[in-house]
Amino acid sequence: MATDPNLQELKIDYKRNPMLPWPFQIKRVKRETEDTFTVELQPLGDLAEFGFQPGQFNMLYVYGVGEIPISISGDPSNPRALVHTTRAVGTVTKAMDKMRRGDIIGIRGPYGTSWPIEQAAGQDVVFVAGGIGLAPLRPALYEVVAHREKYGKVVLLYGTRTPADVLFRQELENWRARFDLEIYVTVDRAMSGWKGNVGVVTNLIPRAPFDPRNTTAFVCGPEIMMRFTAMELFKRGVDNEYIYVSLERNMKCAIGLCGHCQFGPVFVCKDGPVFQFSQIKDMLVKWEI
Amino acid sequence: MEDLKKILTEHPFFKGLTEENFALIVGCASNVRFDAGHVILREGEEANQFYLIRSGKVTVELMTPNKGAVIIETLAEGDILGWSWLVPPYNWRFDAKAVELTRMIALDGKCLRNKCESDNRLGYELLKRFADIITKRLESTRLQLLDIYGDRP
Repeated sequence: MATDPNLQELKIDYKRNPMLPWPFQIKRVKRETEDTFTVELQPLGDLAEFGFQPGQFNMLYVYGVGEIPISISGDPSNPRALVHTTRAVGTVTKAMDKMRRGDIIGIRGPYGTSWPIEQAAGQDVVFVAGGIGLAPLRPALYEVVAHREKYGKVVLLYGTRTPADVLFRQELENWRARFDLEIYVTVDRAMSGWKGNVGVVTNLIPRAPFDPRNTTAFVCGPEIMMRFTAMELFKRGVDNEYIYVSLERNMKCAIGLCGHCQFGPVFVCKDGPVFQFSQIKDMLVKWEI
Repeated sequence: MEDLKKILTEHPFFKGLTEENFALIVGCASNVRFDAGHVILREGEEANQFYLIRSGKVTVELMTPNKGAVIIETLAEGDILGWSWLVPPYNWRFDAKAVELTRMIALDGKCLRNKCESDNRLGYELLKRFADIITKRLESTRLQLLDIYGDRP
């Protein structure tokens, strides 16, 4: 793609300065649920590809409104399409929700640590997602599915609010149709007639088909859900060192300079967002942090 | 009966019971099956049994005005359904419905209740086991009440 003349005029080296957003154009917007949407972005200018590791996040800048951290939800094997899924809940995401194909968003990233998928090779892999937490886990799922032969049992336990809030519905159905993936969905509330499961996601753990002594678990969702999930996994026999969680804090600079996302001795933007549960579990119950 | 004994022996709920108590429980057990849509328990009716789900799926529901029946929880293979037989006034607090063909072992709660009154050791053992189930369900309900997937809790 030819360099945008406006960008040439600015003569800014976006690749060098980590604080300068790179302009991306919205290629597609997909509504996932009433308040959740996915944007597919394409880089403008010289940047042809955008590689990332599953679990990493970007800073998304809606020009004139603000900048926020959002995890990447796309397929890491396709570096030409940058995909983000988010809920329209704050000033920036609500502005993003109004954007359409062709609009420009500034991107800085990718930042942070990733899900250690390679380390899980040879083991059973359990993904536990809560609500929008399925989005940061999806790249890892793509990766595991793409190299399915490397892993034992692959299980996704996904909990969300109501049947209408189920994300990536078509993909879940496609995965469920495969014989080598175990997909379980549960909702917190449903009216009579819903044939799926009702109850919290932690209830699925005791009967999920995996060998706890040979399992790595990747957990993403609200912090309370991750705490209870880790407790339930531990009760089932999964060691805390094999449980990974993704934290969310007030990331601003995203490179460990500003301190906004400090969480005890670590910076979530730089040392996380993906942490080994044993590393941060004591801090999760400290009110002062 | 041998089949029932085997299933009950393997279920963690019954682990650690004395042989005598276990034999009593097996004597109170019978196989039952419910087709999809069948109402197994109805709120307000007498609660005289509890169930161990062998296969299938059961919803615990509560009728609400204007909205209709709301599903509180889904139970599946290995779960225990029903504790109202143990708590006065021994009436079901919720409805329970089979989502699909469901096979269960029904245990005669009325018979066990009387036995528990005369054999407090058995009563304590059963109460401990049900307290564990009730605690887990209370914990789940608290998490559901937090509405953690809604706006930030």
